[in-house]
Parts: sequence; C-alpha cells; structure tokens
Amino acid sequence: MDSIQEFSPQPSRLSKGLGTLGYLTLDTLADLGRMGLFLFFALIGLFKLPFRFGEVLKQLRFIGAGSIAVIVFTSLSTGMVLGLQGYNALNRFGADGMLGTIVALSLIMELGPTLTAIMVAGRAGSAMCAELGIMRISEQIDALDCMAIDPFRYLISPKFLAMVISVPLLTAVFDVVGIFGGYLVGVEMMGANSGAFMAGMAHNVTNADIRMGLIKSLFFGLLVAWICTGRGFFVHVNRGMGFGAESVSRATTQAVVFSSISVLISDYFLTSVLL
Amino acid sequence: MNPDHTAQTTAVGEVAAAVRFVDVSKSFGRATRRNRVLQSATFSVPAGKTTVIAGGSGQGKSVTLKLILGLLKPDSGQILVFGHDIARLGFKALRELRMQFGVLFQGGALFDSLSVFENIALPLRERTELSEEEIRHKVESTLEQLGLAGHEDKFPAQLSGGMKKRVGLARALQLEPKLLLFDEPTTGLDPVMTQEIYELFSSTQKRLGYTAMIVSHDVPQIFKLADQIILLNKGELDTFTDAAQIVHSSKEPIREFARTVMGPGFTG
Ligand SMILES: Nc1ncnc2c1ncn2[C@@H]1O[C@H](COP(=O)(O)OP(=O)(O)O)[C@@H](O)[C@H]1O
Ligand SMILES: [Mg+2]
Repeated sequence: MDSIQEFSPQPSRLSKGLGTLGYLTLDTLADLGRMGLFLFFALIGLFKLPFRFGEVLKQLRFIGAGSIAVIVFTSLSTGMVLGLQGYNALNRFGADGMLGTIVALSLIMELGPTLTAIMVAGRAGSAMCAELGIMRISEQIDALDCMAIDPFRYLISPKFLAMVISVPLLTAVFDVVGIFGGYLVGVEMMGANSGAFMAGMAHNVTNADIRMGLIKSLFFGLLVAWICTGRGFFVHVNRGMGFGAESVSRATTQAVVFSSISVLISDYFLTSVLL
Repeated sequence: MNPDHTAQTTAVGEVAAAVRFVDVSKSFGRATRRNRVLQSATFSVPAGKTTVIAGGSGQGKSVTLKLILGLLKPDSGQILVFGHDIARLGFKALRELRMQFGVLFQGGALFDSLSVFENIALPLRERTELSEEEIRHKVESTLEQLGLAGHEDKFPAQLSGGMKKRVGLARALQLEPKLLLFDEPTTGLDPVMTQEIYELFSSTQKRLGYTAMIVSHDVPQIFKLADQIILLNKGELDTFTDAAQIVHSSKEPIREFARTVMGPGFTG
C-alpha cells in the first residue's frame, strides 16, 4: 500500500479523499476483527488454568457490591416515577388495579436490565477500560505477554466473569427496589389498592417474563464487559484516539457511549426475539 | 511454526546463534513521512554470550529488542530466535518461546497496582508450582542481592527510577531465562550500583549460561562485559567484537561516534 503511494505522482484531491475513505473502512473492519478475536480469547481464557479465583472475587466486589448504592438509588427513583405516572394514566380509565402489573412488568422486562447495564457501564465499565488502557500504554500488557502470561486469562476473563455474574444480580436488586418504589408512590401516596397491586403483580408476571429479564441482563453484562475491556485493551491501536493519557480518556468515554448504545439497540432485537 | 524452514536456516549459520536478523527492515509511519529505523539489518547474536546494543537516542535500540520479542513485526526480512521465525509463529508457539525470555523494558513496565514483592513474585506464581514459602524465600534473596531489601511492600509509584529498574531486573531474572533482553538496565543508577549490576550479570551468566542482549549507554564500562557490540546509527547497523575495532573502523561516522561518546583519548 505504502510503496504504491510513494511512486505515484502528486495525488489529486479526489484520490486523497478516496484514500482516506479506504483507510477508514479498513480500520473499521480491522477493529471489528480484533474485537471478535478479543471476545473469543476472553471466553477461552475462562477455562484456562490456573483460575484466578481471588481476582474474580475482587472484581465481584468492585462491580457488584460497589454498584449497589447507585443501583438502589436509580431503581428507587425509576420505580417511584413509574408509580406516579402509571397511577395517573391508569386512573383515567379507572384501571388503577393494574398498577402493580404495569410497574413490575416494565421493570422486569425492560427497565431493570437496560438501566442496570447502563449504570454498570458508567460506574465499573469505565474504570475497567481506564485500568486496561493505562496498563497498555505503560507496557504492562506487553510485559505480561513477554513473561508468557496470558493477558486474557490473567486480566480480561476474571472481569468478564464478574460482570456476567454481577449484572443479573444487580438487575434483580433493581427490579425489587423499583417495585417497592412504585408501591410506595402508587399505593401509599396516591392511594391505589394495595391488595390489587400485589395480586395483579403475582397473577400477571409469568416465569417467561422473568426469564426474558434474566437473559437480557446476562447478555448486557457480557456486552458491557466486552466493549469496555476491549476499548481499553486496544487503546494503542486506534490512533485516531491520540496518544498517552488522552487516548485513555477518549477510549473510556467511547467505551461508555458504545456500550450504552449497544445495550439500547440490542434490547430492541432481544425483545423482538424473546417476546 | 514451520519446522522445515527453521531447521534449514539454523543449519546455514556456522556458530550457534540465539538470535539472527536476516535483511530486516523496519520503518514507521505512512509513505509521506516514513521513519526508517532499520534498513536490511543482518547480524547474529552468539548463544551464551553478551551482546551490547549501543547508539544514540532514537536510533532504534528499543525497536530492535521489540522485534526480537515479537511485539513489533518487521516490514521485511527474517528474525530467527532459537531458530524460530518470530514474526510467523502462532500465538501458542510464541508464548512457548517467550517462556525462555527474561525481559526488562526501558520504562520498567512494572505492574503499578502490585507491590514490589508481588511484582517479582508474579512470574513465579503464574508460571511455576512453587509453594508460597519457596516464592517468598526466592524473592527475598533476589531483593537482598539487588539492594532492595526493606522495600518489598512499596508500590512502583513510590520508587525512584533506579529502584524501578532494579525491581524490573529482579522480575526478569526469576525464571532463569535462556535469553535476556535488557533495555537500559542501568540508566538512572549511580556508578557503584551500575558496577554491581554488571558484576551480577557476569556471575549469573556464568552460572546459568544465558544469552544476553543489553541496550546500554554505559560506554566504556559496558565493553568489558560485551562479547559483541552492535552500533546503530541512522538505520545502519554494524557489529564489532571490541571497542578497539570501533575506534579503528573504516567508517568516519563510527569513528566520530567513538570520539564523542568515549572521549578523544579512548583506544579500547
Ligand atoms: N510504536 C512506534 N510508532 C512509531 N514510531 C516509533 C515507535 N516506536 C519507536 N518509534 C520510532 O523509532 C525510532 C527508534 O526508537 P527507539 O528504538 O525507541 O530508540 P532508542 O534507540 O532510543 O531506544 C524513533 O525515531 C521512534 O520515534
Ligand atoms: Mg530506547
């Protein structure tokens, strides 16, 4: 590629533009390929010995336990808004007996998995991306490679595992606290019927709905782990990101934005497949 | 890995070479602003001996080491490490080959969220079956040897530049490597410590018989240690067996280099 450009006469504006487009396409394809291989090796790394049990526990504590406060806060306010809006809307048709069902289903099937994944991406995903990015630019990942220690098994796979365990559990916390918030506002404040709230919920929420929420949260956990660790791991390849500290900060921003968008987009497709 | 091919190339070399560069070129950047770091570099590193890479800043010393490590790929040519073409190895074979390496990066590349002790113990923990007690014993004796006793609980950010270098050295020496690749091991150390490190090198090399490639600016001390000297200058690479050869080289730029870095009166 280089040598052809070198001997060609002064390039025209058009050919320069086309060249840029070509490089951009190639870069994007290469990036997709890299990320695909990255996912493959990260999953393989889960089964390689020695298994880093201590590291998984540490990550669980950071991603899981560390995120509980944020999740409780977010889910409580989401549930309370749902209770308020739901009551207002349903009351117009005299259907406020449906409030429990509406609150529970929208939390379990949609809001729980997506909002949890997005909050975790912002809180823990960004930190994982920055940590790996710094390790990359200070040659720590190269050092692992040169010591013949698999960086996937050592660094990436424990984060994947902890993420895939934490996100569904946090989603469960989100759902429960959210429903409590909805009950608090809908029943205690607005005066919807408490028995109808509970009975409607118990009657209308099926195992299939809960399974759907679980599958979504597992998938989102994997997606967030993949994008956030991958952006950090490859911070040195993507030179559009700049160099050094700047490249890490941009990669971190990108990791959070990409993973949030991917969660929202894949949510639509997962819903349409699972419904 | 392609064993046929590698067997052939090792058979050609007369001396057992741990590392061989055959017509290796490496440049950075795209066509308009090409930075040619190595041009058709050919040399071999004799096994069990010490080869020193010298040259001004930015002449490609670190790049040469990274090519050997397989962290960078050459644009053309072959790099044979223990007979294997490193740029064409699969990741598994590459990992196996790297098991025999002991590497010190120019920047140290210490794991900054691990303590000094954990940094040095890492290769032992991850790559050997040693018990925690054996590891402690081994790490502590290395710390002692390198004048780092009492610093084991510090973190890399709390160390001086020279201490970081020594921790990196300690880490690289843990698994008794067959090929040492050290990028400026003594930069930032005082002359006494430098001398001690070099003495440590020669004694461990006698004991373990490893091949060493050391990038260093410690001219002329380093020449006492060197069995071979590689000079890098503007993409050109020349090999010498001792300092006298450099001083009496037929190339003016090399004599010039000798005069500037070794002083006018230096004759080897
Ligand atoms: N990853 C890289 N990308 C682009 N240029 C590089 C890279 N690594 C090294 N270089 C360039 O290669 C040349 C040699 O660098 P290096 O080997 O680090 O020099 P030194 O001899 O001081 O160790 C320098 O001009 C440097 O700018
Ligand atoms: Mg260097």
